[in-house]
Amino acid sequence: MPVSKLVGARIKRREDPRLIRGLGHYVDDINLPNTLHVAILRSPHAHARIKAIRVEEALKCDGVVAVITGSDIQEQIGPVPVASQNPTLRVPKHPVLTVDKVRFVGEGVAAVVAEDRYTARDALDLIQADYEPLPVVSDPEKALEPGSPVIHPEWPDNVAFRWALKQGNLAKAFKEAYKVVKQRLVHQRLAPIALEPRGVLARYLPGEKELTLWSSTQIPHILKTQLSLMLRLPENRLRVIAPEVGGGFGSKLNVYAEEALLGYLAIRLGRPVKWIEGRRENIQATIHGRGQIGEVEVAVRKDGTILGLQYKVVADIGVYHQLLTPGIPPLTGLMLSGCYRIPAIGIEVVGVFTNRMATDAYRGAGRPEATYVMERMMDRLAQELGIDPVKIRQKNFPKPKEFPFKTATGLVYDSGNYQAALRKALKLVGYEKWRSEQKRLREERRYLGIGLSTYVEICGMGPSAAMPAGGWESGTVRMEPTGKVTVLTGASPHGQGQETSFAQIVADELGVDLDDITVIHGDTAVVPSGIGTFGSRATAVGGTAVFQSAEKVKEKAREIAAHLLEADPEDLVFSDGKFSVKGVPKKGITIQQIALEAHVAKNLPKKMEPGLSATSVFEPSNFTFPFGTHICVVEVDPKSGGIEIKKYVAVDDCGKVINPLLVDGQVQGGIAQGLGQALYEEVVYDENGQILSGSLMDYAVPKAGDLPRFELARTETPTPVNPLGVKGVGEAGTIGSTPAVVNAVVDALTPFGATHIDMPLKAEKIWRLCQGKKAARAGGGR
Amino acid sequence: MGPKKRVSIRINGVNYLHEVEPRLLLIHYLRDVVGLTGSHIGCETSVCGACTVMLDGAAVKSCTVLAVQADGAEVLTIEGLAQGEDLHPLQEGFWECHGLQCGYCTPGMILSAYQLLLRRPDPTEEEIRRAVDGNLCRCTGYQHIVDAVQYAARKMKK
Repeated sequence: MPVSKLVGARIKRREDPRLIRGLGHYVDDINLPNTLHVAILRSPHAHARIKAIRVEEALKCDGVVAVITGSDIQEQIGPVPVASQNPTLRVPKHPVLTVDKVRFVGEGVAAVVAEDRYTARDALDLIQADYEPLPVVSDPEKALEPGSPVIHPEWPDNVAFRWALKQGNLAKAFKEAYKVVKQRLVHQRLAPIALEPRGVLARYLPGEKELTLWSSTQIPHILKTQLSLMLRLPENRLRVIAPEVGGGFGSKLNVYAEEALLGYLAIRLGRPVKWIEGRRENIQATIHGRGQIGEVEVAVRKDGTILGLQYKVVADIGVYHQLLTPGIPPLTGLMLSGCYRIPAIGIEVVGVFTNRMATDAYRGAGRPEATYVMERMMDRLAQELGIDPVKIRQKNFPKPKEFPFKTATGLVYDSGNYQAALRKALKLVGYEKWRSEQKRLREERRYLGIGLSTYVEICGMGPSAAMPAGGWESGTVRMEPTGKVTVLTGASPHGQGQETSFAQIVADELGVDLDDITVIHGDTAVVPSGIGTFGSRATAVGGTAVFQSAEKVKEKAREIAAHLLEADPEDLVFSDGKFSVKGVPKKGITIQQIALEAHVAKNLPKKMEPGLSATSVFEPSNFTFPFGTHICVVEVDPKSGGIEIKKYVAVDDCGKVINPLLVDGQVQGGIAQGLGQALYEEVVYDENGQILSGSLMDYAVPKAGDLPRFELARTETPTPVNPLGVKGVGEAGTIGSTPAVVNAVVDALTPFGATHIDMPLKAEKIWRLCQGKKAARAGGGR
Repeated sequence: MGPKKRVSIRINGVNYLHEVEPRLLLIHYLRDVVGLTGSHIGCETSVCGACTVMLDGAAVKSCTVLAVQADGAEVLTIEGLAQGEDLHPLQEGFWECHGLQCGYCTPGMILSAYQLLLRRPDPTEEEIRRAVDGNLCRCTGYQHIVDAVQYAARKMKK
């Protein structure tokens, strides 16, 4: 990168003026004339045979145009896809609307199409569906027991897939260990709760034979490809537009039944159709995250050196696979080494079918689980060995000069300095001061806890070889004849601010004004190709593609400038958007003038193509591995079970930073979600497969008053994987924060004999733990 | 469904007259009938606050108000907050302080904060957090939202 003005600057977002005026267009804000509205009848049962569905009454309803059931469309629409390379994967056919059985609460049974949304909703109540309930398997561990009810008769063991990895001499590690510490850890199911629920608008133009689908999605290009397969439409007659998208967090990194259904209905009915998900539907039928039950064993020397780690996971899959479902638990496996040197690692994952909605990628997607396992275990080991949790971490960190660092799980961490981030966080939080405060307060029977999390995550997804559907990204930079710059990116943002950060990259490279740049995304007819925004990849991969295109544009402009100035390209200097001959700064030509010359094409170098634009597709050579240290200080009230966060410090290293304001926003929002998992959130299914946390009244998303102020700082270790040196930051907060909070609470309750508490750390759990136990008299802190 | 009712509502300084179903929610009236789509819907249980508008000077969740209940009332939505090109200090604050990411909760969040600043021009951080407790944001972790409201309070005092 050249010396820059904008990259690294705290620039306010260019997306915001429309959004703070209420002038953005999310799917439901787009109104096409003559649009019909779709409502979906969903299963109230977790497992039942459909004896009959009678739709006559619904069809009689004024304003109802059509009622569709699963059997009406089973030949017309292909199954909902899953992308996976796991050879053991069992893929149940995942219909858009179910036909003979329902297998989870919320599964689509029928769809009503009506003139307005109220009528569509009314008519749902007139559909008569008779069910014969079947035995339910809700708990993933019970699903594995012999004699358990079976979800897919072809696989009576309810196993969806297996995945394992074993590296190093585990037997030796455990034999030589001074101690083996075991722990069972539950990563509860979470609902992503993007504030905008999903929504789809579809329009078919029969003359042009063109289907346009607006969807609240993170992956318009992948969706286009998959929809063309599901609907058997030529892909070049299909256009997917992700308009303003109201949050995703992985939940919109998918291909959903409703997207195909709406495409089909638009073609069949010849009118635009719209479906907007309600929040209850969202909690029932949009993917969930996490859902792993793990048993971990760590072999350790007396001095805290880790010798080996064995992890067995039961992963709660749900009834069907969604797009990336089987890929998430292996990501946990790959990241299990955390930011430590662990010579021997063994992982066994069993994915289990349950009568529940599918789990899939939710912010962090497999990495929060890995970080939680390792960071909880570091504290458990510290506790068992009587070592300070800081010291045991430092003991097992690889040194900065050991990077690129190869883990036993086979990953190569690009760059890192874990010690520096930890040091900075300790200083920022005032670690020693809190430790003495903890000691002092325990004398007063007040319980302070300090929790650390030193994390590393895998981002910048990623090399295509390691991704199920491509890991590259595209970027186009086009100078218009008037000198304005249009940037196209396949990384389709939904709140991350790429319209700003990508413009910063281009503005610096081309020396043009930020306001002269427009970044376009999310429309497959405009952006030639793309993968999408997820896995903290947009800037590392998509930003790099844009940067490379800007470089190409500049190089072409240099050749044109040299031609026009009758100079050698090598003799030109480029500064502030202007090429001039070395030593003759007055004689020069601006990049805008060159853009015009390139378009009118009357005086260009021989054989040069007219126009001034370039497209790049960046294929990264590796993932990136951001890291950091989060420290949380809590006070726990054993009488009420209440937890007060007294201080929260996060030191994150995401490599080079394009826009610190946006990075802060990503970290803060990420921490809020990780904290939500630690303290409040859980999708609760009962033994009948009913969701007990099925609305926002019961599913506890953190509110403003629940959260503290976070103190943020950074270290900066650039990645060698891309020329920008950026690593990605979208998930860091979520990955780093959860164990910091749990470690703090367990630390606070050590006098009560606490070694581990499963999330969410509800007051009731804490209160019960403290009941009947007299706290050990404080003394030595830990 | 019953006969339609006539409602006369003044929204952002403009009078609207419509015949609506008595059960029509104010949020659907604003979005689908009047065409003001700045207020959003994020739940159906009055928890998320994305639909918050000012109704006769009080912030309400327009997903739990019927359009007929707003008959004769004055409504302020996000679209009515700026004076032409001049942003309201709250809008400015959200922009300056990066108080939004996906932007979906923002209109409702701004209107809840608007009510707060009407009542308490100089709120503490705790008061701000309490005032927007009925507005969920999944993106920001609220910190920049607090900053944005503080920014607006400072600006409005000047």
